[in-house]
Amino acid sequence: MKTSTAGTPGTGARTEPTARDRATAFAVRHWRPILVGVLLLVALRAPFELVPFRVFQLTMVMVYAVALIGLNLLVGHAGQISLGHGAFFAVGAYGTAAMMYHWDVPYLLTFPLAAALTFAIGLALGVPATRLRGLYLALVTLAIAIFLVPLLKRFESVTGGSMGLTLEKPAPPSWTGLAPDQWLYFLALAGTVLAFAVVRFLLRSRVGRALHSVRDNETAAEVMGVKPASYKRLAFAWSALFAGAAGCLYTWTIGFVSPDSFTVNVSITLLAAIVVGGLGSTAGPLLGGLFMMFVPSLSQDINDAAPGVIFGLLIIAVMYVAPTGLAGLPGRIAPWTTDKILRKR
Amino acid sequence: MADFLQQCVAGLSAGAIYASLALALVLIYQFTGIVNFAQGELAMFATYIAWTFIDAGLPFWLALVLTLAISFAGGMLIERVIIRPVEGAPELTIVIVTVGLFIFVNAAAGWIWTFLIKDFPNPFPDGALRAGGVSVGYATLGILAVVGAVMGLLYLLFRHTKIGLGMRAVATNPESARLVGIRVGWTLALGWGLAAMVGAVSGVLVAPLLFLEPNMMGGVLIYAFAAATLGGFDSPLGAVVGGLIVGVAETLAGAYVDAIGSDLKIGVPLAIILAVLLLRPQGLFGRPAVERA
Amino acid sequence: MRRTMRRTTAASAAALLLASAAAACGGRDEGGGGSTAEGRCEGQQTTGITDESIKLGGIYPLSGPASAYGDIPKGIGAYFDYVNAEQGGIDGRKVEFVVRDDGYQPPKAVEEARRLVEQEQVFALFQTLGTPSTTATWDYANQRKVPQVFVATGASKWGTDDKHPWTIGWQPNYVSEARVYAQFLKQEKPNAKVAVLFQNDDFGEDLVGGFKKAIEGSGITIVQEESYEVSDPSVEPQMRDLAGSGADVFLNVTTPKFGSQALAADAKIGDWNPLHIVNNVAASVTVLEPVGFDNVQGVVSATYYKDPNDPQWANDAEMKLYRAKMKQYAPNADPAVPYHAFGWAVASSFHKTMDAAECKTREGLRDSMRNLANVQVPMLLPGVTMQTGEGDGFPIESMQMMRFEGERWQLFGDAIDTRKAFGPVEHP
Repeated sequence: MKTSTAGTPGTGARTEPTARDRATAFAVRHWRPILVGVLLLVALRAPFELVPFRVFQLTMVMVYAVALIGLNLLVGHAGQISLGHGAFFAVGAYGTAAMMYHWDVPYLLTFPLAAALTFAIGLALGVPATRLRGLYLALVTLAIAIFLVPLLKRFESVTGGSMGLTLEKPAPPSWTGLAPDQWLYFLALAGTVLAFAVVRFLLRSRVGRALHSVRDNETAAEVMGVKPASYKRLAFAWSALFAGAAGCLYTWTIGFVSPDSFTVNVSITLLAAIVVGGLGSTAGPLLGGLFMMFVPSLSQDINDAAPGVIFGLLIIAVMYVAPTGLAGLPGRIAPWTTDKILRKR
Repeated sequence: MADFLQQCVAGLSAGAIYASLALALVLIYQFTGIVNFAQGELAMFATYIAWTFIDAGLPFWLALVLTLAISFAGGMLIERVIIRPVEGAPELTIVIVTVGLFIFVNAAAGWIWTFLIKDFPNPFPDGALRAGGVSVGYATLGILAVVGAVMGLLYLLFRHTKIGLGMRAVATNPESARLVGIRVGWTLALGWGLAAMVGAVSGVLVAPLLFLEPNMMGGVLIYAFAAATLGGFDSPLGAVVGGLIVGVAETLAGAYVDAIGSDLKIGVPLAIILAVLLLRPQGLFGRPAVERA
Repeated sequence: MRRTMRRTTAASAAALLLASAAAACGGRDEGGGGSTAEGRCEGQQTTGITDESIKLGGIYPLSGPASAYGDIPKGIGAYFDYVNAEQGGIDGRKVEFVVRDDGYQPPKAVEEARRLVEQEQVFALFQTLGTPSTTATWDYANQRKVPQVFVATGASKWGTDDKHPWTIGWQPNYVSEARVYAQFLKQEKPNAKVAVLFQNDDFGEDLVGGFKKAIEGSGITIVQEESYEVSDPSVEPQMRDLAGSGADVFLNVTTPKFGSQALAADAKIGDWNPLHIVNNVAASVTVLEPVGFDNVQGVVSATYYKDPNDPQWANDAEMKLYRAKMKQYAPNADPAVPYHAFGWAVASSFHKTMDAAECKTREGLRDSMRNLANVQVPMLLPGVTMQTGEGDGFPIESMQMMRFEGERWQLFGDAIDTRKAFGPVEHP
């Protein structure tokens, strides 16, 4: 099927490439950086064009995207299933809240601190995690997520118990002239860009190659001199770090943390979102974040009486249409469309 | 001492509940190699179907038989309609489809039957057997007996029938199984049907104790996962023993360890699981997976 | 060659970005652009209200584990539909009630509150459900000066806080409810030994905390307390522990499913027969009926609105109206569900509050809800009225004790006004 048109010579005489052709060729060859550039431009412009409510929605999309970047690293790139990602998200959120509430830590400082905290915890929990595989890791991480909720309620002096903690949201510095929601948006945007950059760097380094080799064939990797255990542990810790950073952004944006905000459903939703978005792809976390944000309200618009019925069906429907996630969808359609474009020429 | 024994009995009765659903989880894992998040919700839905029959005036046992038949057919139908299109997709895709199914079934039950609590008749007599200062409810004994019987039947099915053999072949390697003439699709559908049926038994058993409402099985599912992990996902006996251990451990910890208390008692079975997995990754009764490198 | 190409693209993209960011600087005016009133109420906000219409927005869990509460807006909707069709609306204004789902998740509640205020341009947030969701949204509502009326949670902070004048509760707060039980025990069993089962969240903590405070200095003691998580399958193990405590009173602080389980466990444990007090959240007949009426005789509770399942209201005018209009305007909703009656009662309370407002503006509504003078609401029990004012932010603070006899609750004693009996609720 792939060979049907790609190599077919044109029927007419070849003409000199026009300027338009060259532009198309350039766009086709460099579509990635162009797309990223356009996306960033739109992202920078959006908060000035949209109502605050939409700005808030996009902020939350980015918060989820950062968390999903971490999950993507673990599930998509290291092949380890975690059902406890929400727990690290919660630790990041609570860590940030506690630092701001009890110790008046400047909020910008809470971002690296929350990330470091979850990285350390991830590294510690990564020791048993590396010994478990597949299903068993999923269940143990699920257990962590379940246990965290009563634990948060128990340590009331730090966490505020079941009432949670309410905080002042970060206010925009006056020189920016920005509204509060715009400022939060740009903080989240900066966090997201940073997270994408870090994960890109990470995956192109030795670590990334080692992770892929472990995911694809652990034994072969071991033979090649890669120590699977230590890399899996590292992937676990890095994924926790991204979740923690996302948790920090969450606390800034919502200004309130409570144990009921971080039930095990958050972990399950995150896993569903990254699979729906596209495992192992760069765009996956962003698409997953969009799914988490917009599909529940869409479901309510379709069926007011039982939104869950529609939401469940939509998850199943996406998996039908795009078994490798939404990010894989263009890949499934693209060969067919490029074919058409080429034939037109 | 009598108090301690009484606590153990309480733990066993909780454990029997977890074990009943764990059996369904083990069953579907054996047939299809996936973890079905929707298993508990399917059990809850089946219980509502039984409730509807009983509410309409049918005798309990007739309602039960009808429910089991509907569950079996429904499970197979779900496999054909919902799982079949993603067969061959990455394992995680199928798991997420079951998450979607979970959300769908839960919401659908609330939509159809409302969230009001329903009273479900207890098939076992009230009262308790008393011996040496310890009383064991007939309901608990009844559940244990049924769970034991289901476990025995599953064991026979797995080990001594052709279906069981085919099922193991499909779960291990669908491609090779197809080559030797096993109808893979049919086997998978059979797995879903049987698991839905075992789940329905579980739902009907626990509904009189927990009260029927759409979130009835949500809490049980987590413990059932724990039980299956502890016992090994490929052993019906393991699922039952795992369930009982989890039940007893959390009850005793909640009752006797003050620092843990009733809020953190869920941590105890989790700690046990972690310990077991680190020492025996295949669970207490599971067989180690041998991989050819 | 390809490498350099990529570099240049990246560089030019970055340059473009910087340029656009610079051009984009300069914020947005945060007016909201709402309309304001003329005349007597000049300058006050009239967003979402005209002479013909009034738009309200509510946030409830329609999906997820707390969906049972999703029945409340059905009762509210039926009330407004009835008022719109048969009374020409509230003072001639047709009510539009927009319901959004937050799945009981605070971040979702924030999103929906913003949607309702900024996109739907509602006049007021009429009910947000649950302490977490309301806590996550009340800063926003108060910054935007949007009334957040009669929130559906009994946390005491809605009334004790003085930084959020735009937010107010409705139902008796959990502390007041605890005081009613304490007062009852002081009279009936002055030396009671109490065992407590409570849900480990804000609701359980508020009620148990209020109870502990109310029994200070009396002969009543708490001998044992056990908590449960909403994710627990059953509270039976906790009940077994409590049975061994030797208590002669059992305080049941649970939500409906766990309430049924605790009542059933109490009945099943033969050698422990305490006086069973079940809190209002789990006191509906729909919670008691599945346990079997034989098993719940003599259980006591307290209430403030009429239970549609209670035969004593069968001929009550308001109850008849409620049943008839529910059938007419919400034919798929079972009027026996107490959440529907709750919704009806709170909608009717809103109607009265709006009628009492001098200015039909957001400010007018805020002032009206904070100055309710003995407002009668027919769905509330006789003797229970809405009352707020300077230093009192709790609309309903009276409850009446009731005992379960036969197949119904039997009210006894007078409606207890906890303000008079205990003084104002203090800031926790």
